[in-house]
Amino acid sequence: MFGLNSKDTRAFLLIATLAMLAPILLNPFPTGSALAQFNAGYPDLMQRFVIFGIFAIGFNILFGLTGYLSFGHAAFLGVGSYSAVWMFKLLSMNVVPALILSVIVAALFSVFIGFVSLRRSGIYFSILTLAFAQMSFNLAYSVFTPITNGETGLQVYNSDPQYLMAEGDPTVTHFFGLEMRETFTLQLGGWSFDFAAGYYMCAFLLLAAFYLSVRIFRSPFGLTLRAIKSNQQRVNYTGLNARPYTLAAFVISGMYAGLAGGLLACMDPLAGAERMQWTASGEVVLMTILGGAGTLIGPVLGAGFIKYFENIFSKINDTVLHQWFAFMPDGLENVIVTIVHPFIGKGWNLTLGLMFMAVVIFLPGGLVEGGQRIGKLFSKRTPSDAASTADRPTE
Amino acid sequence: MDALLLQIMNGLDKGSAYALIALGLTLIFGTLGVVNFAHGALFMIGAFCAVTMQKILTLSATTYDPLKLDFLGNPAMIKTPYVNTWFSEDFGALLIDWSVPLSILLAIPVMIGLGFIMERGLIKHFYKRPHADQILVTFGLAIVLQEIIKYFYGANPIPMPAPEMFKGSIDFGMMIGFDANQVIYPAWRLVYFLFSTVVIAAVFAFLQFTTFGMVVRAGMADRETVGLLGIDIDKRFTLMFGIAAAVAGLAGVMYTPINSPNYHMGMDFLVLSFVVVVVGGMGSLPGAVLAGFALGVLQSFASMNEVKSLLPGIDQVIIYLVAIVILLTRPRGLMGRKGVMEE
Repeated sequence: MFGLNSKDTRAFLLIATLAMLAPILLNPFPTGSALAQFNAGYPDLMQRFVIFGIFAIGFNILFGLTGYLSFGHAAFLGVGSYSAVWMFKLLSMNVVPALILSVIVAALFSVFIGFVSLRRSGIYFSILTLAFAQMSFNLAYSVFTPITNGETGLQVYNSDPQYLMAEGDPTVTHFFGLEMRETFTLQLGGWSFDFAAGYYMCAFLLLAAFYLSVRIFRSPFGLTLRAIKSNQQRVNYTGLNARPYTLAAFVISGMYAGLAGGLLACMDPLAGAERMQWTASGEVVLMTILGGAGTLIGPVLGAGFIKYFENIFSKINDTVLHQWFAFMPDGLENVIVTIVHPFIGKGWNLTLGLMFMAVVIFLPGGLVEGGQRIGKLFSKRTPSDAASTADRPTE
Repeated sequence: MDALLLQIMNGLDKGSAYALIALGLTLIFGTLGVVNFAHGALFMIGAFCAVTMQKILTLSATTYDPLKLDFLGNPAMIKTPYVNTWFSEDFGALLIDWSVPLSILLAIPVMIGLGFIMERGLIKHFYKRPHADQILVTFGLAIVLQEIIKYFYGANPIPMPAPEMFKGSIDFGMMIGFDANQVIYPAWRLVYFLFSTVVIAAVFAFLQFTTFGMVVRAGMADRETVGLLGIDIDKRFTLMFGIAAAVAGLAGVMYTPINSPNYHMGMDFLVLSFVVVVVGGMGSLPGAVLAGFALGVLQSFASMNEVKSLLPGIDQVIIYLVAIVILLTRPRGLMGRKGVMEE
């Protein structure tokens, strides 16, 4: 389908189904039940899943294919957000010009940073990108305050010109009149499902982004990038100049990040410099590695996984724990709650860090590799069959 | 002239923190070939050693004085630190006052032990893996260490006083022949600078003048040959990891009166220290120290008002700019050795 082989079509359809049915799938518990707090099917959170999914897919095109570990990708996210908000301020609240500009600006910015950083590789590349991102972060806070509005963050005011704004246009972000926050709520028995326009726009863009990344992975260009990852010297010896290829990959992934940043601004027209901080860059690295770098659906899984558990784990508190373990004798219950306590609520980052370390140590292929190993346990294939696929476990 | 001198001192002061952390990073990188993203967390843990020491020293017995009443009418609570009861009142007060320098005694064993556990327990398994994996696992470790500290000590900065003797400022200009009141400088910052010079000198002397240090240097130059000579180089490198951790920890301990420690101070320093290491040259110890001080001085010059009015915002980016220029023109850094981290 669409020029994909059967395996990729399956992956694509899986993602498409998940994305389209997310409002239902993520709301498994009836509203008002005790478990309703674990529902993640509200638009605000689902949009985050999808937007960070796009961000991680883009990051994976660079890291997964070429092996260049960038620690400064959040800079493109931030730049995308800023340019989108500027379009809202100058033109109108329509999201289309905002998204277009955010992708273009992120592309230009990444051409510049990539051109300089890609002269070095390995750890030097990581540090160069880190330096550029920190520099943009610092500048956004200080000198560029007229553009970025400094610590307050950039937002849309009533006094902004908005030249294309016609009489009666919505004053919130919209897609040719369809407001992003417009939500259709379906009541079905005890359940209630929210279908938000904003979420579906992000979801369609995620599908487009995913499709594009599949095509890139399967193209000769993608193969060249993999060749560069496995042995850059040999690529050079065959007469190929690696740098234009890596630069192209860098710019593409920068554009993905810009798109994600633009979408963040479309969902909530506000941009702050903290989006560019290097911890934000670290987050996308975590997502990609956790899901499985170099695989197609890994980054999306990783982004969803991290954002979902961030939301759920931060909601659990001691009261909830006491409810869960109420069946135990009192002493044991208290002991267990005390043990679990540091890992939940505000301690979610601790859980994340431990999980991340475990993945890097035991499962370098991320969740996808974990899934494959479990699948292998249950499959009844002959050992020779398994060996032939072992060469490329992360497809 | 006095303004310049003040900026140089500011820079040396900032630079000494950079230099200490970068020295530790380079020690680890030069010996074990591991890029340690958790080094900032070690700096932070050092700072919290000082916090712990202060808590231990101020552990108090609570007694009630029935004669005095507090504003609610209850008997007034009097806290007497145990050190005051064990020793004389004066000596106890002296100990509490000097809790930050005393924490060094706690920090050295704690940090060396932590370094041992880290190297033997985790990093050992990553020598054969790509640098990206090393970065990632130590990055994860940094998050974990940071969150553990946050869990036990809270998210707010904890103010740590310097000893009474070094509170306030001294007229440094008068000591070197300027007029009075020209160059006045906080006393503790001078102490910090002197302290870091001593630590750096000690590390270099250890490497230069002891047999152990000689073997380590030989191992840094050619690990395999040293191994062939029948020396267990791994054991020595593990100890060097402990020493590097201790250097970072000491930098953290003494930094607490300058900036109240909080759980993410390590990350803030880590990024800059990496830049420092790269500018100095990966794997070059003198390079790391030199670049640390040089970048510190450069940064404080850039934050002078005269410079800022010429180039607004330059103080925020100067270090990164220098790093970019150096990496592009001298890929090995200022004093980098040939063959280290070259692909």
